[in-house]
Amino acid sequence: MARRDYLLGKFGIALLTLLFVLLLDFILFRVLPGDPIRAVIGRNVRISAEVQQSLREQFGLDKPVFPDQFVDTLGQWAQGNLGVSWSQRKPVSEILISKLWNTLLLIGLGQLLSIVLGAILGLLAGWKRKTPFDVGALTFSLIAWATPTFWLGIILLVAGSTWFGLPTGGIVSPENVGKPLHTVIPDLARHLILPTLTFTILYLGEYMLIMRSSILEVLSEDYILTARAKGMSHFQVLTKHGLKNAMLPMVTIIALNLGFTVSGAIYIETVFSYDGLGNLVQTALVKQDYPLLQGAFLLLAVSVIIANVLADFLYTYLDPRVKAN
Amino acid sequence: MNNGKPLLSVRGLTTEFTTPEGKIARALEDVSFDVMPGQTIGLVGESGSGKTTTLMSLMRLLPAGGRITAGKVMFNDTNLLALSEREMRDYRWKSMAIVFQGAMNALNPVMKVGDQIHEAIMLHNLMDEDAAEKRVKDLLEMVGIARTRRDQYPHQYSGGMRQRAMIAMALACAPDLLFADEPTTALDVMIQAQVLQLLREIQKSLGLAIVLVTHDLGVVAEVCDSVVVMYGGKVAEYGTADHIYNEAQHPYTQKLLEAFPDVSKPGDTLASIPGTPPRLTNLPPGCRFEPRCHLKIEKCSQVNPPLLEVSPKHYVSCILREGAEADL
Amino acid sequence: MSENGNLFLRNLAGFWKTFRQNKLGLAGGFLVLVAVLVAVFAPALTDYDPSDIIRDANNRALTFAPPEVHGILGTDDAGHDVWSQLVFGSRISLVVGFMAGFIAMFVGSALGIAAGYFGGAIDSLIMRITDVLLVIPDLPLMLVLVATIRQMELKISPLAVLIVVIGLLYWTSTARLIRSQTLTIKERQFVARARAIGAGHWHIIRKHILPQLMPLIVANTVLILSTAILIESGLAFLGLGDPTKPSWGTMLNFAFDRSAISNGAWWFYLPPGIAILWVSLGCILLGNVLEEMLNPRLAAHHLEGEAGMIAIADVESKG
Repeated sequence: MARRDYLLGKFGIALLTLLFVLLLDFILFRVLPGDPIRAVIGRNVRISAEVQQSLREQFGLDKPVFPDQFVDTLGQWAQGNLGVSWSQRKPVSEILISKLWNTLLLIGLGQLLSIVLGAILGLLAGWKRKTPFDVGALTFSLIAWATPTFWLGIILLVAGSTWFGLPTGGIVSPENVGKPLHTVIPDLARHLILPTLTFTILYLGEYMLIMRSSILEVLSEDYILTARAKGMSHFQVLTKHGLKNAMLPMVTIIALNLGFTVSGAIYIETVFSYDGLGNLVQTALVKQDYPLLQGAFLLLAVSVIIANVLADFLYTYLDPRVKAN
Repeated sequence: MNNGKPLLSVRGLTTEFTTPEGKIARALEDVSFDVMPGQTIGLVGESGSGKTTTLMSLMRLLPAGGRITAGKVMFNDTNLLALSEREMRDYRWKSMAIVFQGAMNALNPVMKVGDQIHEAIMLHNLMDEDAAEKRVKDLLEMVGIARTRRDQYPHQYSGGMRQRAMIAMALACAPDLLFADEPTTALDVMIQAQVLQLLREIQKSLGLAIVLVTHDLGVVAEVCDSVVVMYGGKVAEYGTADHIYNEAQHPYTQKLLEAFPDVSKPGDTLASIPGTPPRLTNLPPGCRFEPRCHLKIEKCSQVNPPLLEVSPKHYVSCILREGAEADL
Repeated sequence: MSENGNLFLRNLAGFWKTFRQNKLGLAGGFLVLVAVLVAVFAPALTDYDPSDIIRDANNRALTFAPPEVHGILGTDDAGHDVWSQLVFGSRISLVVGFMAGFIAMFVGSALGIAAGYFGGAIDSLIMRITDVLLVIPDLPLMLVLVATIRQMELKISPLAVLIVVIGLLYWTSTARLIRSQTLTIKERQFVARARAIGAGHWHIIRKHILPQLMPLIVANTVLILSTAILIESGLAFLGLGDPTKPSWGTMLNFAFDRSAISNGAWWFYLPPGIAILWVSLGCILLGNVLEEMLNPRLAAHHLEGEAGMIAIADVESKG
């Protein structure tokens, strides 16, 4: 199929999803809770009727919900105005940005490790099917899949701190809080070990399974026999013909997984008190800080949508069958 | 200089498979034939008769569960079956190459066609990059594919073109021997003719020996110098094309020829012989063709017929014929 | 109908025979069975109620008592018997997990059949919805939904909210699977024949398509159940469960929030996780085995089988 059509289709879905997310967010946070004034200024603030009315006018809440309020809200969001956090009394966008990089760091590291290790192990497991290595790898994946994320975090937290003296939480030690991260790298690294390990273990199993099943399919294809007939060794066949074809489903899965990666981040950051977006979501939930929760959801959902579009784009470069003639 | 010495000499090749249920299927038994340099030999038979298994055994590319339990495969002066896997790889493609049945998926879909041919050349260190590149385009041209299509992907080729590209790739290292497994099946009649024509041309111009596997006697008649007729994993009859078409001795061969007397009309033959092929996991003690044979006598179901030389270079495995036991 | 019944029984017998031979499947079945039995017979397995407070000799609450001191699994931060919580918690975890899983399975199957059978606009619509849902990160969406529902202060039990939210988000994989299988079945002859004699859609679906889909639906449901249980435990851990009816996830929420970790109370934070792992693993093993039976992949690939290809005694190298 032509690449242009393929991308257009994917882009269309992304747009649709984006619209849905924006609409959902708007409905959940502005429409449903009843009095939107409360949504803006907080629940426990007492205000007189006149002030309420003037606020209503000020925020355009006396206008019809659709399309006026919706469009207004979209406009505000586009400008980066996501409201003010009730619990921290700061603009939501400011809070989100400050935590975004921490989460990206954690997720990035964890995913990179699990993808690379998962791909390698999956390749080996599929190539050497039914050997003890394969069986071990499969068992590991199965158990990793069935283990609750947060619980694994707890176990590693206890084990890591008791046996290896690793920190029990936070992104840096108390004395380094507030300093720019690139100045305290060794401390940061120590704090990253356990959460990253948790992340890696969890996703390693899944990527390994995908790669394994992918390579099994690929290795059953005719062109693999052709490669062997040409006189290639197993290793050459694997690397020159097997890998590229087997990686394609991986790319799709990695993209699909982005949403779940975010979920994992929420659990892991909570367990390790890691100062990122995930932890923020959890805290906002507990403190019932709805502007913050809404803003975080928006940011996370939009990021995943964008990342998926990028991944689709990347896919067209990898699979020549999806190119224009 | 051809002094009558065979390029490939197969003797007593026996191959078995272990089925997933644990049974043993004897896919080939005591298969023997010679391939002379520059000659085309046809391997004919129904599906399941062992034609493809023979090729796979010769290239040592049997699937899991398959093993060669007896025989010798002499390529010039070397027994291929005695080589290590590493040594065997040296022979693959350089000395003998194969074109598979149904080339639809035999080419890697995410690699350019030209790159795949290029890879075959560079794999065996035959020449430098530039020379290899030129050869790739020359090969494509030789099989009738535009040189400019070198950078295209398999899905951009038609079915017939892919088959021809496979042939081009098989010739990349200038092998002495080409195995062609049903190269015209799954192609329409026009393309079939083209591919056959191509094979004839390259054989003439390159002096290539070809082992052509097919179930189509018409194809064999057009292209082959010798013919091996296989049934149930054994050689039923083996001789020159003339022997087979004009003096067929094996009842099975006779039936095959009967099925379409006009050899210029290729077509499917197996439906016309009543009965079913033998189960390779449960072979009879006697002749495998006996249940379907129109000439059988009682002894046929008790004795596994040896290969007899009924006239010079004409061999039949049937106890009803007269001849010395072949010293193949 | 009795002909169908006989066919069904024969299939069941064959199925059981194959299943028995697969050790992993049996192991999975065992794990799930044990969990279900614990849930059903919970009161018989413990003398205490999860809300009972265990007191010491001076009538003070016995907090964080290790198993050596009290019971099978000691006590938590408030003096409740942990073993009782675990055993009764199985009821909550399993019920919520199973119900959510069944909703997901039901919605997914219905939509999958509709999409596959009717095709066209219905198919497009359903597929677009699944595309959209798959992209949105699941946990943030669920958190946001639950938070909003809570803010609306409707009198719904938190567990019911969990069940509905999980069920409404996890049907997409089932829908796709069922849809593609329905498409295959639809092509088969007996469907065309049924249409030709004027059978209605519902009749065809019920009598021809559904029976063929059942094995797949069952296999998929078991896998969805494991997901549902994991998700429920996660949401409960984040505090979205019902504190008065603690599931295993809620227990872990308590353990985490109330310093069981820093107090070294391993008997509080280890067992619930093991329990979740137990059930989830059981469901996966069961589901995998069922799926394997439906789509067996036996054939070897092209890089297997080199060893032992030459099995000739005394092979000669020359002439």
